[in-house]
Amino acid sequence: MTGSSAPARIDSPLVELGGGGRALVVVPAWNEAEALPAVLVELRSKIPGVDVLVVDDGSTDGTADLVRLAGTAHVVSLPFNIGVGGAMRAGFLYAERNGYHAVVQCDADGQHDPADIERLLAELDSGLDVVIGARFAGVGDYKVGGFRRVAMRFLASSMSRITGTRLTDVTSGFRASSARAVAVFAREYPPEYLGDTIESLVVARRAGLSIGQLPVELRERQGGTPSQSSFKSVIYLGRAVLVLGLAVLHRGAGKDDA
Amino acid sequence: MTTTIIGVLAALAVLVLTIELLRRRALREKYAVIWLVVSLVAVVFTVFPSLLLRVSQRLGFQIPANFVFAIAALVLLVVGMQLSLEVGRLEDRSQRLAEEVGLLRHDIEQLRREHEASASPVLDAAPEVAPATEQMDPVAPDHPGAQPTGAGDGGSASV
Repeated sequence: MTGSSAPARIDSPLVELGGGGRALVVVPAWNEAEALPAVLVELRSKIPGVDVLVVDDGSTDGTADLVRLAGTAHVVSLPFNIGVGGAMRAGFLYAERNGYHAVVQCDADGQHDPADIERLLAELDSGLDVVIGARFAGVGDYKVGGFRRVAMRFLASSMSRITGTRLTDVTSGFRASSARAVAVFAREYPPEYLGDTIESLVVARRAGLSIGQLPVELRERQGGTPSQSSFKSVIYLGRAVLVLGLAVLHRGAGKDDA
Repeated sequence: MTTTIIGVLAALAVLVLTIELLRRRALREKYAVIWLVVSLVAVVFTVFPSLLLRVSQRLGFQIPANFVFAIAALVLLVVGMQLSLEVGRLEDRSQRLAEEVGLLRHDIEQLRREHEASASPVLDAAPEVAPATEQMDPVAPDHPGAQPTGAGDGGSASV
């Protein structure tokens, strides 16, 4: 289906990687008009040499127009909301077709400090394929309460076992992917609920990619409402366990779809 | 007797409906086959109830109605499964299409900007279809620093 993407790779990834290669910051955004402009400004000032792509996931609040007005980032506007996983897959496709050698996913709400992006990219240079910017890893004072914390602990320990590396924060939306990982994720980045966080790591593991993490500090959201309430965390854990189980059982997607 | 007539009529109605929908191409064969089979079997069994009795006894059902219910449940299960599969496939495809549409829109916007940038400085008023299309075009200052190595190269090179 996406087989026509081959000609976009102009130069071989390994040649340029020594100098850092070309990196793309992908910002999935769904109705983030409030926080996004500040994030764009910060990205521009803190990492001026890095291209930014905002994937507008069917926003209805003019998010995409704001980005076009700012003029400092590319915009891919999806016709309707398909979720973070789908938005990121579009971002990986974009990166692959335009010859980028690394992708950093960064939230649109300002929680992730763009200054950490170069640190994540540096980890890629040291040979990792997927680097997670992890909270709870000793840096910063990010806290979540009660049941959700238990859920995240559980997920982290299961994922550590599956991937064979110690991971403390598998639901982080701040992560870097190498050229190898971009090629894998452009093909099969799980578009479903939690696919972008948990299942994608299973996919990466299955593709033989190396996974690691880097402690980062998480900041206050700069707008919008957080997508977590204590009531929902029970359901969250249930779905997460289901996703995890299915991800392990999957034979590797993409084989049987047209 | 009246129940028999009602049964026959109902079975015939389903059969006719299925054929009519197929004829109008509103229903695809892959979904129609199962309904055709179901309605044909229903017609046969309602016209010859003794046949139903014999078959169900042969299969070890004490009450023929139980046989009918069991078959009905099975058929519905299969149909439900088939539809779930199809919906999943469609969802996946529409998501991929959404991604492609987004990427194509980006490329079109970029091409249009490049085109305008190269065409306009000389005689910038006339030839464009400008105001009619709903482009939000104050974007013109074209990705200042992002461009030098930027995606523009890849895009225009492949055209």
